[in-house]
Amino acid sequence: MKKLFFVFTLAALAMTARAAHKLEVVATLPDLGAVAAEVGGALINLNTLANPAEDPHFVDPRPSFAKILNRADLLIEGGAELEIGWMPPLIQNARNARILPGQPGHFIAAEGMEIKERPTGPVDRSQGDVHPSGNPHFMMDPINAGVLAGRLAERLGKLDPEHAAQFTANAQKFTDELKAALPDLEKMIAPMKGQKVITYHKSFTYFMDRFGLELFDTIEPKPGIEPSPSHITSLIQKAKGAGIKLVLIEENRPRKTPERVARDIGAKVVVLHHMPESGPGRYLPWMRGLVEAIVQASKNP
Amino acid sequence: MKKSVLLALVMACPRLMRGQDAAVVDALKNELRELRQRTEQLEEKIKKLETAPPPPSAPATNAPPVVTTEAPSSLWSPTKPITVGRAGNSYLNLSFDGLFAAGASTANDAQIPALQPGGHDPIQRGFTVQNIETTFEGAIDPFLRGQANIVFQLDRNSETTLELEEAWLETTSLQGNLTLRAGQLLTDFGRLNSTHPHSWNFADSPLVNARLLGPDGLRNPGARLAWLTPTPFYSELSFSIQNSAGETANSFRDDHGGGAYLGRAHNINGLRGLGDMLFDARYMASFDLTPEQTILAGVSGAFGPNATGRHEDTQIYGVDLYWKWKPSNQSSGFPFVTWQTEAMLRHYHAGAFSEDFDGNGTIDLDVNQNGVIDTVPAELLKDWGFYTQLAYGFHKGWVSALRFDYVDRVHPGRYEAVFGDDPDRTRRWRLSPNLTWYPSEFSKVRLQYNLDERVGFGVDHSVWLQFEFLMGAHGAHNF
Repeated sequence: MKKLFFVFTLAALAMTARAAHKLEVVATLPDLGAVAAEVGGALINLNTLANPAEDPHFVDPRPSFAKILNRADLLIEGGAELEIGWMPPLIQNARNARILPGQPGHFIAAEGMEIKERPTGPVDRSQGDVHPSGNPHFMMDPINAGVLAGRLAERLGKLDPEHAAQFTANAQKFTDELKAALPDLEKMIAPMKGQKVITYHKSFTYFMDRFGLELFDTIEPKPGIEPSPSHITSLIQKAKGAGIKLVLIEENRPRKTPERVARDIGAKVVVLHHMPESGPGRYLPWMRGLVEAIVQASKNP
Repeated sequence: MKKSVLLALVMACPRLMRGQDAAVVDALKNELRELRQRTEQLEEKIKKLETAPPPPSAPATNAPPVVTTEAPSSLWSPTKPITVGRAGNSYLNLSFDGLFAAGASTANDAQIPALQPGGHDPIQRGFTVQNIETTFEGAIDPFLRGQANIVFQLDRNSETTLELEEAWLETTSLQGNLTLRAGQLLTDFGRLNSTHPHSWNFADSPLVNARLLGPDGLRNPGARLAWLTPTPFYSELSFSIQNSAGETANSFRDDHGGGAYLGRAHNINGLRGLGDMLFDARYMASFDLTPEQTILAGVSGAFGPNATGRHEDTQIYGVDLYWKWKPSNQSSGFPFVTWQTEAMLRHYHAGAFSEDFDGNGTIDLDVNQNGVIDTVPAELLKDWGFYTQLAYGFHKGWVSALRFDYVDRVHPGRYEAVFGDDPDRTRRWRLSPNLTWYPSEFSKVRLQYNLDERVGFGVDHSVWLQFEFLMGAHGAHNF
């Protein structure tokens, strides 16, 4: 009996020790979650807050999120003011000192990225909701996903040194996969190099820069500002005859205005997933899906 | 940059250019080429410096802000505003919010304060400066954060009044899932009381909040301890202890400016002990019904002495419910539907009251001189009310909402048999449809219609146009 008790205790201890080793990781957005899943693999418990289809700027700070953050060992956020409208109250409510800004458990993906469109001149809100820290949609560039994987492996290794080598190996494997796939994707989209496109918001800047597409203009006149009829009329006038074939929009955008613009200038609306699903094996297929959707649309005008 | 250097040189030397002196032009060309090369080299350097990732060993956010070698145009110059309100890398987030109303009512100016009892409601026909609020917010040190809300208003004589609405510190890393807040704070009672008017869905305060918690809501100096309870769903239990005196504790130790309230004079005596403080408890729980629907429900109770006698006290009980639907493919936060309801019940143990009304040195028992003794006995006054509101964000930036308000007494007070029905207790209701347009996250225009019916006063119609602007730090509200 005594022996049995001992065995049980030992088993229980071993289980709690193992459980304690599995890092609780929370990603604010699915694209970050997709990369975290590659790096952490089965060594982490991953939770992702936002839905892939929703607008990452306007996620509701649901109380259940605070509950998830309360248990977290590591919070991965995009940064560059992407989640500024909903993360601060969640972090305050989570009552978790490990994930407070400045702690090792608070990871900001934007740090260490080459952030584009960072305003160099004076910024104020007459220009719309311009992010003073630049365009936060950097996960649209597969190279940046690789950068994130490397930095994430380092951070995870710090929090769980026992598995540091595994995290690094996972990140390396993911980066290798990206590197191997990139030439293929670039080849697919190569015929469209230099083509001008219209987007709704500047969500696709990083993707377009990577694959050689050029932004003609956006449907929203300024970041976060709803287009007025006069803006749309002048956009159409400007775009007519500019040889624009594609209007790229995120899947959650209203369709009516982009479709009108496309119709009037003889272009086609391409609805794209602006986020992958969170989880392993999601990032690269998403990227491939974006390229394929654009190439496909340009083939069948 | 290259172009601007060239342009500057060209503009600076128009005479030389016009002179057509070949030698000079050649020399200039050479010089320009050199300059261009140098500029390119410098730009390359700047780019490298800008894009270099921080050393991996540096803690990501604790480090001082990365000083990037940016183009000279990004340096501060006297023509640019000094920004302290930029969230994310500042010591203090500063924001300034202006909330105004304009409109008219069938009630005349003298009646409007009774028709619109909230402290930030429109106060007259024409314009009202409802709430000019400066918010300071930020981390104090690694253990505390702070917030202060200072509010200006203009009264009916256009005199400026100043209110310290909130000013508190809060712990950020207390053990045991606890948060302690201390300072001047809005009491954690129900859903609306602890929020600021600019975040409300309507141009005015719900009637039940104004009547039972007070025109300015329930707030006073004190402390609040909140605990994230270890339930599988989100739930929070909080306790507050606050001063019970003053006009921001309307149902407690408030002398009501020396006037009668609930048929009695109210006198604030000194604090005798812990029992004279205002105690408040709240429990709230939240569930995600589906990935697109969240519900939040709470119960609250506020307990403390009132100013009608030495041993008289007040209890206020409340329940609140909030439901929100927002589809998982929302864009810019739209569309959405919210439903919010609060109900409250107040037990006011009012002390006996008799006084020398005519100042002749004897207590007047028969005020009306009709042979009936008019001394007001001690009694328990029960009042209740609720509001329920639905808001529908139907298109980006557009929200339509409807609210129904109802307040009443459970039974007439015995003092009302003497002095007549008390408009602070009699039944009234209000129906308020409105439409709000948010040109951006930082401004709004709202048109609201109020249909009011008050027992003893009849029906009133009011139309209020509310407008708001917000400058400074990007706000983030709790769910």
